Amino acid sequence: MLENAIQGSRRYWIWVFFLLSVIGAGFLAYLYQFKYGLGVTGMSRDVSWGLYIGQFTFLVGVAASGVMVVLPYYLHNYKKFARLTILGEFLAIAAVIMCMLFIFVDLGQPLRVLNVILHPTPNSVMFYDMLVLSGYLLLNLFIGWTVLSAERKEVAPPKWVKPIIYLSIAWAPSIHTVTAFLYAGIPGRHFWLSAIMAARFLASAFAGGPALLILLALIVRKYTKFDPGKEAIQSLGKIVTYCMIINVFFLGLEFFTAFYSQIPGHMHSFVYLYTGLHGYSKLVPIMWVSSILAAVALFMLVFPQIRKNESLLAVACVATFLSLWIDKGFGLVVGGFVPNPFEKITEYWPTIPEAMITMAVWAIGFLVLTILYKVAIAVKEEVVFDKYGERQIKAE
Amino acid sequence: MNRRKFLKIAGMSSLLGVGGFSVANTVRNELEASQIKSSPAALTAKRWAMVVDMSKFKSPEDYQKCIDACHRVHNVPTGSDDPKQEIKWMWTDTYEHAFPGNEDEYLAEKVKHMPFLLLCNHCDNPPCVRVCPTKATFKRKSDGIVMMDMHRCIGCRFCMAGCPYGARSFNYRDPRPHIDESKENPEFPTRMKGVVEKCTLCYERLAVGLEPACVEAAKEVAAKNGTTPGLIFGDLEDPNSAVRKILDERFSIRRKPELGTGPSVYYVL
Repeated sequence: MLENAIQGSRRYWIWVFFLLSVIGAGFLAYLYQFKYGLGVTGMSRDVSWGLYIGQFTFLVGVAASGVMVVLPYYLHNYKKFARLTILGEFLAIAAVIMCMLFIFVDLGQPLRVLNVILHPTPNSVMFYDMLVLSGYLLLNLFIGWTVLSAERKEVAPPKWVKPIIYLSIAWAPSIHTVTAFLYAGIPGRHFWLSAIMAARFLASAFAGGPALLILLALIVRKYTKFDPGKEAIQSLGKIVTYCMIINVFFLGLEFFTAFYSQIPGHMHSFVYLYTGLHGYSKLVPIMWVSSILAAVALFMLVFPQIRKNESLLAVACVATFLSLWIDKGFGLVVGGFVPNPFEKITEYWPTIPEAMITMAVWAIGFLVLTILYKVAIAVKEEVVFDKYGERQIKAE
Repeated sequence: MNRRKFLKIAGMSSLLGVGGFSVANTVRNELEASQIKSSPAALTAKRWAMVVDMSKFKSPEDYQKCIDACHRVHNVPTGSDDPKQEIKWMWTDTYEHAFPGNEDEYLAEKVKHMPFLLLCNHCDNPPCVRVCPTKATFKRKSDGIVMMDMHRCIGCRFCMAGCPYGARSFNYRDPRPHIDESKENPEFPTRMKGVVEKCTLCYERLAVGLEPACVEAAKEVAAKNGTTPGLIFGDLEDPNSAVRKILDERFSIRRKPELGTGPSVYYVL
């Protein structure tokens, strides 16, 4: 099936070479970081994790959100998602690969990365994160490929793949729960020390991931013959709506606990992020952009009349995705480090090499996604009808 | 192990078909055994602890002497161009920053401006050890020192997020250009970029019967000031130790004890 990835239109190759050039530029930036050290980034003693770990955290959510199409389809036999599942699974693969790369580029001694396996340390959450992420990658590769191969041969998927799919459904929330535990179990970082952290992570993941999937489905329908289905996209829109509401609700709970209790340590990070603290306010503008985008997204999503218009749904999804990307991919990590354990403030902002490396990792993710989607769509185009006998390829 | 013994084990294990594995294991066990054989002069304790007696320090230079002694003996780079990414094992800060949450508007003026000497607390229940994914930082069973294996550290900086005392530094760049070679201590290794480091309570000096460098410097300061030393070092589990004696007599505080980390550094005013 992979051969489909090396034959494509002019537009396909322009896109691939664009991604490769972003990757190439980022690779050069990484060589510079590799030689000099992480001093080329904006990170410091006080803010010792930055954009890389933020992106990692956000993308674990995107990966986990694949379950939002897999679960209704396989557990509830929701047929409308039949064509979408492969897109969800392949998005999860690309996201997990980006997660692993973001961890890798964040390491001070990347060549020692295997120490995590050579010296397994069950008391470290990082150890479990490695296990669940690698497991999730393998599960999705295995399931996605097997089911797609079966579709190509126009036969039912082998029976033994079912239990593995059920395992992957249970596995998906685990990857994001474990990622939340990286933060939620640390004494002395009040912003992260919240029992609701994992729940918040899952809610934002199940809003942001499907929002991205809707956008991808719309792009796929526009540029290929494959149609993931209007109703499927609408159902995903409902999932985004509910999860975004839950996410904002959870954030509200955090605000209530911090500001009604009036415990300074619990309020400080929120104050820093949303209004600035002691004259430091570097993150305030982007946090407000995130909040406004969330409000716009919610407004557009809750009214079915707006949501049912696909172009407006697309706008709402862009707003949702960007809002959560800022909130979780940046604010959440940096906010936990400000103020520092001495209640002093060191601000953080990524540097140009750091941004280039980040973009390159995203480009690698999109390249993987492009190749996987190309393969999947080539199969769909050949088969023409989905397993329920409905046409999944647009008529000429 | 001599050559003959090595060949014997190697030959036997090859014959038995277990190959290099058992040889490597035997050699490693013997090496480890010889490495941990401690010198009879070594200072030992069940749980090392330190008391910082603030009343014995008379001027900022007194603190600086302890800090310099530590940083010199451990080749801690100085004069880094970016203070945000600096490396420090020992430093000072005021009461409100050293003990956040305990600050008080009406705190005695004298205490308000006191430079508290800060270092790794060598916690009884260290969060940094709990979060480290490679055991590169670990609590030594014999005496409770929170150690650092800079050759195993992958530089993930989880320990820096985990430490509630800001005691850990990351080598954001090669530290060597910032170490004055003429003052370099050849007895202690310099670090490479990309690893985390911190105070290790001078385990390398304890092993040869010397007190930590800062404690030794505090003694010199005391001799100059005509007082008893401001840094008292000893075994927290020995009721007759110097630290226990002073803790019995004076009111002491620790940094953020409410987090359950069990810091081993005490402050008396």
